[in-house]
Amino acid sequence: MKLVAPSIHYLAIAPELALLGGALLLLFASALRPSRISNLQATVVTAASSIAVVVIAFFQWSDVASHGARTTIDHAIALDGFSIVASAIVGVGLLLSTLVAHDWAKRANVRNGEFSILALAASSGAVIMAQANDLVVIFIALEILSIGLYVLVAFDRHRAASSEAALKYFLMGGFASAVFIYGAALVYGATGTTNLSSISYFLGKNELLRPGLLIAGGALLLVGFSFKVAAAPFHSWAPDVYQGAPSPVTGFMASIVKVGAFAAFVRVLISALGTQQDTWRPIFWVLIVLTTFVGAGLALVQRDAKRLLAYSSINHAGFMLLGLWAGTVRGAAATLYYLITYAPLVIATFAIVTLMGGPNDTSHAVESYRGLARRQPWLGGAFAILLLAQAGAPFTTGFFAKFSVLSAAVDAGGAPIAIIAMVAASIAFFFYLRWTLSLYAEDALDAPRIVVPWPTALVIAFGVVTTIVFGIWVGPFADLAHKATLLFLP
Amino acid sequence: MHSSLWLTALLVVPLLGMALLIAFRKVTKGAYIVGVATAAVELAISLVVLFLYNSGIKGAGTFDFAYRLIVAAPFGLAYDVAVSGISIVMIVLTAIVVVVALLGARETKHEVAFVCWMLFLLMATMGAFVSHDLLEFFLFFELTLVPSYFLIAQWGGPERARAALKFFIYTFFGSGFLLVGILYLGFAHLHQAGGDLNFSYGILSGTSLSHGTEVWLFIAFAISFAIKSPIFPFHTWSPIAYAEAPTSGSMVLSALLAKLGTYGLLVFAVGLFPLALHTIQPYVLTLAVIGILYGSALAAVSKDMKRLVAYSSLAQVGFITLGTVTGSKLAMVGAVLLMFNHGVITAAFFLIIGYIEKRRGSYLLADLKGLQGPAPVLAALFTVVMLASIGLPGLSGFISEFLILLGTFGTHQWWGIVATTGVLFSALYLLWAYQQVFQGKAEGPNATIKDVSGRERLIILPLIMLIVGLGVFPQPLLNRITPSVQQIVVHVAPTGVSK
Repeated sequence: MKLVAPSIHYLAIAPELALLGGALLLLFASALRPSRISNLQATVVTAASSIAVVVIAFFQWSDVASHGARTTIDHAIALDGFSIVASAIVGVGLLLSTLVAHDWAKRANVRNGEFSILALAASSGAVIMAQANDLVVIFIALEILSIGLYVLVAFDRHRAASSEAALKYFLMGGFASAVFIYGAALVYGATGTTNLSSISYFLGKNELLRPGLLIAGGALLLVGFSFKVAAAPFHSWAPDVYQGAPSPVTGFMASIVKVGAFAAFVRVLISALGTQQDTWRPIFWVLIVLTTFVGAGLALVQRDAKRLLAYSSINHAGFMLLGLWAGTVRGAAATLYYLITYAPLVIATFAIVTLMGGPNDTSHAVESYRGLARRQPWLGGAFAILLLAQAGAPFTTGFFAKFSVLSAAVDAGGAPIAIIAMVAASIAFFFYLRWTLSLYAEDALDAPRIVVPWPTALVIAFGVVTTIVFGIWVGPFADLAHKATLLFLP
Repeated sequence: MHSSLWLTALLVVPLLGMALLIAFRKVTKGAYIVGVATAAVELAISLVVLFLYNSGIKGAGTFDFAYRLIVAAPFGLAYDVAVSGISIVMIVLTAIVVVVALLGARETKHEVAFVCWMLFLLMATMGAFVSHDLLEFFLFFELTLVPSYFLIAQWGGPERARAALKFFIYTFFGSGFLLVGILYLGFAHLHQAGGDLNFSYGILSGTSLSHGTEVWLFIAFAISFAIKSPIFPFHTWSPIAYAEAPTSGSMVLSALLAKLGTYGLLVFAVGLFPLALHTIQPYVLTLAVIGILYGSALAAVSKDMKRLVAYSSLAQVGFITLGTVTGSKLAMVGAVLLMFNHGVITAAFFLIIGYIEKRRGSYLLADLKGLQGPAPVLAALFTVVMLASIGLPGLSGFISEFLILLGTFGTHQWWGIVATTGVLFSALYLLWAYQQVFQGKAEGPNATIKDVSGRERLIILPLIMLIVGLGVFPQPLLNRITPSVQQIVVHVAPTGVSK
């Protein structure tokens, strides 16, 4: 038998090559000369790789704009507007997270060489996930992403909670991966292919007499994805893991995993299973109602900042699902826009949480934020803006993120679910607002000052400035998400 | 067509004031001056807009100062400003009330932050009134929540946290319906006409919808505006919010934010879904009349002055609602005029209550007695405002209520008859309150209070002048309101609602 190697369009896989290259460089360097790798060097390599991803995205964009979307490596990898924007978000997310982690490592006295390697590898998983056009590739990417994160969550070896969280995440994540691959197998059984385009083509041409296998497979894929994006009722790992993981990892995880998983989710649902919309829509309906309300409702009673933000991210996941529910171009664009705006916001929020956690990363009571804005107006004010943006206050990107998914849902005939989601949003808005108000309390003025190192300050400033500037000058990102989705692979 | 820069200035000036405050936040003494100066500039600009406003521009409806800039095409988001004869009145009201509130109801605790939030609220309210685009209106409408929440929650009375929460949850819940309604309408238009997503008021008013859809959209819009106004039975947040808010907060809440609700009901609900009005009318009219009677009854048994004014506001908003939905031009003009007059009157009420509270440390009716002995001028000021609120001819309240009732009698006699009793009730509860607070023999701390100072008199003077002036000569406002109301009535008329 003769194996023919498939042709490779290297520009398409350049982002993951850059990330893996950075990881390998650090890996070899630290293996060969362990004493010579300083935190600074590791951070510089990671930052360079992530900037490379963003730069490559520009080249990819001009390539796709002139030649159209394409697939490569035997149609397993897609190069289209959607994947380009998603991988650029991963690049930006990695860059911001690295800066936060750098300061954290210095304070916590952690050697961050390994940290950078794992973060780079996990990011490459997220990028591949966004590009994957085949269920098997999605699975592999999901594993690359997850395995890196399992270790990162356990990175704080001095804290038992960190290891506990990692174990929980590993068990739950492993289970979710198993469910996912089983779903992929069933879909293969029903359609004879794992390639998303081929599945779509097959389902478009053929009427399944006994659709049970496909429905079961689709349902299992959905469960697998729901675990990864922490949609209720598959969310129970998220609060524990968010709380236990080192804070910079939590921010990284909250942004990168959501980008990778949602990008793949959009591709599977809208590209491969688009014809089965009537089957999965009702399931999504329930998922969205549960996810938005569980997130908003349980966040109300949290006393730990990281748990609270975990529930808040569950609530956000519910809104992102709303864009998927619509299942239209507008819906996919809305989810993409949500991801673009959410990533810097959540990383900047966790940057402040990291600072507040102190050298041991343990003081995370919501109570300890009382009066922050009175003690340190700049830091507290920035946190207030980030919280209001996450809540969806007008003239922040958070508002337009919610607006975009709601409008996509209404466009697709989902006015009732849009109203339900708005009710959940009002609950969520309330706990953000309450937290914001407590920042301005006057009865906690004697807490120690938080020192803000400049790399972290840069990340916070980036989050605050983008959310306000692009909350008023809405056009650029709205157009980007829209155009990226129009360049979607059919 | 006048330059839209005037309207943009209305949005930019408060922001500049805020920037100045934040830049020099260490200089706490200057905050008061900067705040008042900014609001005064705002007032000056709004007066310029009032005088320049021309309702007769061809092809623009009755809109002037129009300008539209697409901000984000995929979202249908545009910066679209214009004023009509209705919004111009509200703009002037907004500027006046904020100037008076900043001057007369100063908060010395964290003054820089306080003034910042007030200016932010001023900007958001102005934004809502100059918006000529539904999405833009919604953004500003929603934005007003944030400063109001902080004003109540940080500078309010002992139960401020609960009051702020209740206020926030109710109004945010309502705005969900508004947003989904706006989106539905936008997409209905998009699917009909094609092109880009668009939420422009002028364009969406041309959408043809089935009767059922119009009714549902009207209801979605009306719920949101009814909560904000508040209209019975959506009012339960308002007494505690008005009572617990600081004086300036109560002034702004009742005089301005409530008007966002009634303004929205008239311009967006009635203006965009005139066909639905016919079906909805009996219900809304009934709620309005119940609001008038219920508000009056609760005002009569209120134990403190702020709640009394809050419930009397409920009754007044009942009149405004009545005028808005009767479909008669007279009543609608009266309703817009009452929005302005009620804004001025309640602002004056809360300012006077603030004066009393400052002297006595309480606004409970039980604590106050015989104040007219030691403070005759205060009593006189209260009397003027009270008589205007009752609707004494010659003062501003009369003309607007009279127009509303006159119009209502023409179209909906029976509702008109019941509503008219509300005028009597208002006389009853206000005179009663006057008796309790100002008459009798002042004893203890009541006997020694100081009368209003010259400065305080000067601050309330503009409001009193408006109350008296518009009572005698409302023509300048009526001239501007009438053509714009006519525009709305034209759409209502073919359905046979109007007579």
